[in-house]
Amino acid sequence: MKRIYLDHAATTPIDPIVLEAMLPSLTGNYGNPSSIYVEGRAAKKSIEAARLQIATAINADTREIYFTGSGSEADNWAIKGIAMKNQAKGKHIISTTIEHHAVLHTCQYLEKQGFEVTYLPVDENGLISLDDLKKAIRKDTILVSIMFANNEIGTIEPIKAIGEIVKEKGIIFHTDAVQALGNIPIDVKDLNVDLISLSAHKIYGPKGIGVLYIRKGVPIDNLIHGGAQERKKRAGTENTAEIVAFGKAAELANQHLEENAIHMKTLRDVLIKGVMEKIPQVRLNGHPQQRLPGNANFCFDYIEGESILLSLDIIGVAGSSGSACTSGSLDPSHVLLAIGLPAGVAHGSLRLSIGKSTTLEDINYVVDNLVVIIERLRKMSPINAECPIDDAVFEKADHHKH
Amino acid sequence: MEYTDVVMENFTCPKHVGEVEGANGIGQVGSPACGDIMKIFLKINDDDIIEDASFKTFGCGAAVASSSMATDMIIGKSIEEAAKLTNSDVVDALGGLPDVKIHCSVLAAEAIQAAIEDYKKNKKK
Ligand SMILES: Cc1ncc(COP(=O)(O)O)c(C=O)c1O
Ligand code: FES
Repeated sequence: MKRIYLDHAATTPIDPIVLEAMLPSLTGNYGNPSSIYVEGRAAKKSIEAARLQIATAINADTREIYFTGSGSEADNWAIKGIAMKNQAKGKHIISTTIEHHAVLHTCQYLEKQGFEVTYLPVDENGLISLDDLKKAIRKDTILVSIMFANNEIGTIEPIKAIGEIVKEKGIIFHTDAVQALGNIPIDVKDLNVDLISLSAHKIYGPKGIGVLYIRKGVPIDNLIHGGAQERKKRAGTENTAEIVAFGKAAELANQHLEENAIHMKTLRDVLIKGVMEKIPQVRLNGHPQQRLPGNANFCFDYIEGESILLSLDIIGVAGSSGSACTSGSLDPSHVLLAIGLPAGVAHGSLRLSIGKSTTLEDINYVVDNLVVIIERLRKMSPINAECPIDDAVFEKADHHKH
Repeated sequence: MEYTDVVMENFTCPKHVGEVEGANGIGQVGSPACGDIMKIFLKINDDDIIEDASFKTFGCGAAVASSSMATDMIIGKSIEEAAKLTNSDVVDALGGLPDVKIHCSVLAAEAIQAAIEDYKKNKKK
């Protein structure tokens, strides 16, 4: 059966051009980039070429690009590195309630180490308020970390405006742009951002390779100690092949940014319109306009996300959900709760994320089948408009968590 | 995480979905773990034998499969026997469930017990 992959926010397939670019580094070009002989120099050269491709994609200087083992590592480095280096100035950090776990759990870890973190709330569309941010800034605030675009609901935060506020106060600003790269333009010269986390596998590159952009002069401690790689900032023999691949993927993403974005946005809007018109009792999560071009996130009343995912999988469609039942931890998505959805509603969430190869036929197939799937699951559900979900169950669920 | 073929079968083509006509024992329970809900309908005859059973479930694949399997297992049994059905019986019949999904089978066992209690209460009246 033909598979329709609609989970590009989770990861993307490797572009054949990217694969082709990285293969020589896995076969012939095996030298250790730190070695001074021919093999080493060749590897080093390909890494520097990739660094330039990434720098170009975000309008940065090559000396501001540092390769990491993942987007998660970049987030960890940015936050822990700034906290450790600048703790004499203060121990207060500002972030948001909708960050990726790589940021959220790092902040929670720092709280255990004596730092204080303010998590800015978001409105029903997932946007933070600039006023809240201004009010949260204190004398001892050393870092603001706010994501560029949310991985679940697709909402794009006002990064430029945030940067202006933060810069005026002399505070360091980090943004997790893992979901933004390749989907919306990122220009570090325009943005007043000091640190940016990126990851290759969301832009048709391989998994396990990330980048932390560090603006020149930003005081940051190392996270990974050891050898002198990455200008003494990130130890570990370089993953040459994946670095090369990331460079190529970033170059392609940059070259085709606009056409890909238009393509995805067009299909996304067909998807959203189709679902909202053909299926009753559904809500769109995330900002109606200010959202990632490929992201659609819905909540269907009275049914549960995992059942939707399994039903879609059976007919060849891959999607994802913020339902408690799919999370392993049995807690519903913190992002859906943060935009104010009750746990029962968050249960019925479905995220479909479109990619550059998604077609209109794919979308039409998904919409038509969703209509049937949702109807079938609703017939199976004990709750409906006359018999709403028993709140007591969720109160109990809350107790259970703590 | 992976479901067994039996789980997937019971999810895709669940047996006994809906509300049995003339149900005289109805039980609804919610899972404190994930917040899901299962409702079981029993039609019990004068000899306390379960003639028919059905379910409605707001829950994951494992919850739907557990309800399907559990209702299938108790049809034809006396309410005493049915009340003894444990969640492990359901898990075994499904060929196993992932660890995080064991609580979904607990829902099924509890909903059946609740439905039987409901029947007994109705009978006394
Ligand atoms: C917003 C965001 N931040 C960070 C990450 C983590 O990136 P990686 O998978 O490379 O560790 C992801 C992807 O899962 C993400 O969506
Ligand atoms: S019923 Fe929620 S996880 Fe199974």
